[in-house]
Amino acid sequence: MKTLTHLILACTLLFSAVIAQAESFKLGITSATARGQYALLEEWRDYLQIKLDHPVEFVFRDSYLELLDLMKQKKLDFAWVSSPAYLENEQKMSLLVTPVYKGHPFDHAYLIVPATDQRTQSLFNLKNKVFAYVDPDSSTGYLDPKHQLKLAGKNPERFFKKAFFTRDEQKIVAAVAIGLADAGSMSGFAWDTLALSRPDITAQTRVVSKSAAYGFPPVIVRNTLSQTDSRKMQRVLLDMKNDVDGLKLLQRLNIEGFILADKKLYEGVQRMMIHMGDL
Amino acid sequence: MKIFLNLSYRYKIPLWGSLLIIISVLIASATFIGNTYHQVEKDLAIDSEKLGYSLKSSLYNALLQDDIWRAFEIVTEASQRGSSSMVLVENILIIDNNQRVIVSTQPRQTPMFSELKQLGADFSEITHHVTQWNSEQAQTIYLPDSKHYYSITPISRDHTSLGTLIIVHSKDVFLPLFAKNARNGLLVGAIILMILLPFNWYWGQRMAFPLVQLAARMAQLGKKWPDDLDPNLYEYHDELGLLYEAYNQLLNDLKTKESLEMQIVKSDRLAALGQLAAGIAHEINNPLSGMLMSIDTLKYHTDTSPLTQKTISLIERGLMQIKDTVAALLVEATTKSRNLAPLDIEDVLKLITPMSGKKNLHITWHASLTDEVPLPSTFIRQILINLLMNAIKAAAVQGEVSCDIDIQDAKLIISVSNDGNMLNPEQISHLFEPFCTFSEGGHGLGLWVTYQIVTQLGGTISVKKEPHEHMNFTVKIPLPAV
Repeated sequence: MKTLTHLILACTLLFSAVIAQAESFKLGITSATARGQYALLEEWRDYLQIKLDHPVEFVFRDSYLELLDLMKQKKLDFAWVSSPAYLENEQKMSLLVTPVYKGHPFDHAYLIVPATDQRTQSLFNLKNKVFAYVDPDSSTGYLDPKHQLKLAGKNPERFFKKAFFTRDEQKIVAAVAIGLADAGSMSGFAWDTLALSRPDITAQTRVVSKSAAYGFPPVIVRNTLSQTDSRKMQRVLLDMKNDVDGLKLLQRLNIEGFILADKKLYEGVQRMMIHMGDL
Repeated sequence: MKIFLNLSYRYKIPLWGSLLIIISVLIASATFIGNTYHQVEKDLAIDSEKLGYSLKSSLYNALLQDDIWRAFEIVTEASQRGSSSMVLVENILIIDNNQRVIVSTQPRQTPMFSELKQLGADFSEITHHVTQWNSEQAQTIYLPDSKHYYSITPISRDHTSLGTLIIVHSKDVFLPLFAKNARNGLLVGAIILMILLPFNWYWGQRMAFPLVQLAARMAQLGKKWPDDLDPNLYEYHDELGLLYEAYNQLLNDLKTKESLEMQIVKSDRLAALGQLAAGIAHEINNPLSGMLMSIDTLKYHTDTSPLTQKTISLIERGLMQIKDTVAALLVEATTKSRNLAPLDIEDVLKLITPMSGKKNLHITWHASLTDEVPLPSTFIRQILINLLMNAIKAAAVQGEVSCDIDIQDAKLIISVSNDGNMLNPEQISHLFEPFCTFSEGGHGLGLWVTYQIVTQLGGTISVKKEPHEHMNFTVKIPLPAV
C-alpha cells in the first residue's frame, strides 16, 4: 500500500514537472536588447522564476521580426521589442511594461561618427557615405535617420552609398569605431550604457546628434495569453524596483524600473511610421 | 698555399678531409635551406588557401544576402584566428566583381568602395592577377619586392562569382619560420660535422702515420740504420703496404750489402795479415834455423864457461819460443794428412771432455759422420779442438756447450755453441785477428789459426748470436770434388 502511494506520488510529481516545463513563460529578447549580457539575463530569469513561482524561459533571436513571428505562432508569451515592432502588430499584442531610464520612459537616437571625424555636424553631411543601422524594426537605429532624411526631402534609400544592419547596438559602435561605417544610428540608452562599462570603445566614436525622445522599447504580451499570467508577469516586473534583488538587477541593466506602458508613449514613433508609409 | 702543400701528411690528409667534409656539409645545408625556403613558401600558401576555402562558403551566403556586417564579422574573426596560427593575417578584403572593396578588416587603410588598383602598387598588381584568374581555385601570390604575400580565393558557387576574397599576410612570419627550419638544418649539419670531423681527423692521422714513419726512416738511411718498423703498423696489401714491403726489402738488401762489404774488408785484412805473418815467419825462420843450429853446435863445445853455457841455454829457449810463435803464425794447411774418420771426432771428444769437468758443463754432441770424409784429419781436429776449447772457456759454470758435425750440400758443417758471455759486434769484427784475446790466459792465436786453416781449405767461418743467449761458431768446408 505504502509502495503504491509512493508510486502515485512520484507519477504526480513527474506529471506536474512535465506540465510545468510545458507551461513555462517564454520571454523573447533580441541581441540588440541583450547586448551580450547573457549572464545578467540569466540571473534576471532566475529572479523572475522565483518571484512568479513559475518557470521562465528566455528566447534569443537576432531580429525583432523573428520574435514577432514566434509570438504569432504562440511560441513566445512575452517579448522585449522595439516600438515599431509592437506598433506593426498591435492587434495581436499588448503593451505590458516600459522601462524607465534617467527618470523617463524614453530613449533617443544617437547619430555617431568615428571620433576622428570632426567635420560631420549632422546627418545631412553623410551623403554617399557608408551607414550602419541596427535593425529594420528599430526606431532609434533605423526609423529615425530615415525619417529625418525624408523630412528633408531626400531619398533615404539612395542618400547613403551603402547601408547595412548590424543587429546589435554595440556593433554599431564597433563598425563606426573601426571605420567600416562612416556613421551609424543607434539607441542613446545603449550607447550610454556601453560608455559606462567600456568607455574605451565609445571614446572612439563621437555623438553628432541626439534625436527627439521616443518611447523606450516596451515589453509586450501576446493577446492570446491568459489575463492572469499576463497580470502576474506585469506585477513582478513593476515590483522589481521595490525589491533589493530586483533593484540590483535593474541597476545592472542600467534602468530604474518598469512602469505600466502607455500607448501614448509611442505616438511619436507611430506618426513617424505613418509618414514613412510603414503603417 | 705552398706552406700548406709542404705540410706533413699527418696534417694535410685530415685537413683536406675536413675541408671536403665542411664543403659537403655546407652544400648539403645550403640545399636544405633552399628547399626549406620553398617549403615554407608552400606551407604558408597552403595555410592561407585553406583559410580562404574555409571562409568561402559562409561569405558567399553573406554576400548573397548583402549582409555586409556578417561578412565583416566572418573575416574579422578569421583574421584574429589566423593571427594566432602560423600565418600572420594582416588584412582580409572582399572585393566585388568590379574590383572594388566591399568589406575589409582594415577599413581605414582599405575603405569600402575604394578601387583595389588604387590602393598601392601591391594591390594594383593583385588586381591584375584577380582579373586574369578564371579558376575557382585559390592561388597565392608572392610579390618579390613586397612585405606581404596574398592569397586570392574567388567567392563563387556553381561558376557564379560574387567577388573575391583577398587575404593579406605579412612576410614577417616568413623569416622566423624559415630561420626555425633553417636552424634545424644547420643543427643537423653541425652534428654531422661534430661526428665526422673527429673521425676524419683520427682516420687521417691513422692513414698518415705509417707514411710518416716510413718517411722518417727513409730520411735516416745513409746516416744510420733506422729503427725497425713495427710489423703491425700496417698489415694491408695496398699501395702503402707494397711500399712497406719494398722498404723492408731495400733495407735488407742494404744491410746484406754492407755486411758483405764488411766481410770482404775483413777477409782482405785477414788475408793481408796472413801474408804478412807468413812472410815475416819465413824471413824469421831462415836466420832462426841458422841461429838454432849454431846454438846447438856451440852447446856441445866443452870449453865454454858455465856462464856461457847458461847464456847459450837462455838464447836457445828464447829462439825456441820465437820458433813456436812463428810456427803458430805460419799456418800451412797444405801438409798431406790422412782423411778424417769418425774416430777422429770421438778422439777429440775424449780429449776435450776432461777439460770441461771443472765447470761441470753439459756438453751436447752430435756427429752424423758414418764414413771417412776426404778432408785432412789433422786440420779438422785442430779446428774442432780450437773451437771447443774456446767454447768451454767461454761457457758459464754448469753451462751448456753443443757441437754438431754434419755433411750438407757437399760441405762439412761444424757448429759449436756456448752459453757464455756474448761478444759485442766490435769484438766479433776483430775475432779472427792474431793476438786477439777476450779471455785471461789465452794468447789469441787459436781462432787466428782456425781461420787460416778454414780459409786455406776453401771454407768459411762465421759467428752469430743464437736465440737463448748462445754464441755460435759455424765452419763450412767444401769437400774436394772426387
